[in-house]
Amino acid sequence: MIDMQDAAYGYGAEPILSGLNLRLAPGSFHFLTGPSGAGKTTLLKLCYAELVPTAGRISIFGEDAATLQRDAIALTRQRIGVVHQDCEFLDHLSVRENIALPLTVAGRDAAAQEANLNELIAWVGLAARADARPPELSGGERQRAALARAIIMDPDLILADEPTGNVDWDMSLRLLQLLTELNRMGKTVLIATHDLALIRAAKAQVQARVLRLSGGRLSAAAADL
Amino acid sequence: MSVAADILGLLKGEAQADRVVPRSGQAAKLTLAVSGAMAFLAVFALALSLAAGRLADRWSDALAQSSTIRLSAPAAEMEAQTWTVLTVLEQTPGVDSARALGDEEQRALLEPWFGPDLPIGDLPVPRLIEIIETPEGYDADGLRQRLAAEAPGAVLDDHTRWRRPLVDAADRLRLLGWLSLVLILGSTAAMITLAAQAALASNEQVIRVLRLVGARDSYIARAFVRRFTRRALTGAAVGALLGTVAVALLPSAAEEGAFLTGLGFRGAGWLWPLAIPVLAAVTAFWSTRIAAFRTLKGLR
Ligand SMILES: Nc1ncnc2c1ncn2[C@@H]1O[C@H](COP(=O)(O)OP(=O)(O)OP(=O)(O)O)[C@@H](O)[C@H]1O
Ligand SMILES: [Mg+2]
Repeated sequence: MIDMQDAAYGYGAEPILSGLNLRLAPGSFHFLTGPSGAGKTTLLKLCYAELVPTAGRISIFGEDAATLQRDAIALTRQRIGVVHQDCEFLDHLSVRENIALPLTVAGRDAAAQEANLNELIAWVGLAARADARPPELSGGERQRAALARAIIMDPDLILADEPTGNVDWDMSLRLLQLLTELNRMGKTVLIATHDLALIRAAKAQVQARVLRLSGGRLSAAAADL
Repeated sequence: MSVAADILGLLKGEAQADRVVPRSGQAAKLTLAVSGAMAFLAVFALALSLAAGRLADRWSDALAQSSTIRLSAPAAEMEAQTWTVLTVLEQTPGVDSARALGDEEQRALLEPWFGPDLPIGDLPVPRLIEIIETPEGYDADGLRQRLAAEAPGAVLDDHTRWRRPLVDAADRLRLLGWLSLVLILGSTAAMITLAAQAALASNEQVIRVLRLVGARDSYIARAFVRRFTRRALTGAAVGALLGTVAVALLPSAAEEGAFLTGLGFRGAGWLWPLAIPVLAAVTAFWSTRIAAFRTLKGLR
């Protein structure tokens, strides 16, 4: 899915990430941890081609991220579900329309997927809020809506940036369960999180690899977290 | 390709896709108002160009008619002077051809006044020499001077020539009319580009989210293009309609005011204003499309 070879990235002249060697095999489940500002969000952006590595090579679904054309990037993103850390929505549309947005822009008939959509909205516990506007949602509701939007297209790869940052423990577990279930269906999952308890809980359900980002380098986390 | 898809989408209307971009109040009103005002002005510029064109054509038709030289001379010298005049004309730049009318032709010209039996050979009737000009025309004053020197009995009658400066003026007016149309079109394009850029800039977050969920550039651009094209079309249709009504309601002056009355459209000419909304829509389509793709290029 994703293959990084000695990739590096810096917003300025100084690289904040370097020597990245990461392979996300199909069906794998990864956690990404590290202190705030270590570059977790940056690494995810490299994975969906919002950023291009300043050195090394990243291939996304076998294509070199640096040479992807704009339309190819769009098509790639239709296969990647991204849960943004700051969960941006289209504030003039309802929550339901926002969740269906990837279908709309891909030219799929959202009405045909009505049942699917409703089920997903119920699954993330937003049935009662489906007609609200995103600015009216709580932080946790926004994250659930963002997760629902990320998986509506049935993507091959799910990249989630702090998907449980604002939700209570029960909801965290439910979201995790949703993600592990998707993984069991064959989806590749990468979750960036600070929440070590969540990682521990996940390890009981799936075979997860935990990566740690610090000092701009990626390493396997200690086994005993 | 995607331009065709855009145009198709425009005609069909894609309710779903249209909603993806929020209604942008200011830019929308600006586009509507500017297109309307410009279309109104365009109708007048168009009417002016067409009227000036008609005038120039009518007057230059009159000019294309031949002018004549009347040659009066004692019978004995008639032949020689005719010859001299023709030689002078031959050497005059701007004269396409010249010939002396024969007796038969002269008699035909005089018949309405003197009847058919005029013994033209016996009368001191002046000889008429017909001049056909080239489109550039000849220098009448120069010709007159040469004739005075070489054939004193010859009088150049060029009563239509005073119209030449008027034809030039009408031509110039027509040109200015078309130039105004081009300027109006250019200004419309510039204003719509600005309005579209403002709308794109104020929707940066929307565009970012759309890119994130996998929207292609052409999809995003289309949402904006549709909007601005429809507004320009609507505004220009209203403006052009009002302008046309205003032209139709111009008070009709008498014959002396021929130029003013001529300002209306003639016959099928009334269909010309229909082109204005179409032109406005095409302008809006391209301005917005170019602005959208330029903005999108800055966002991955
Ligand atoms: N657009 C940007 N321009 C310049 N510097 C940036 C930009 N985005 C992030 N950075 C910097 O890059 C570093 C890594 O940021 P990043 O958001 O990837 O960290 P993170 O690990 O996701 O942090 P957190 O856990 O707080 O979300 C930070 O020092 C941040 O200030
Ligand atoms: Mg982050």
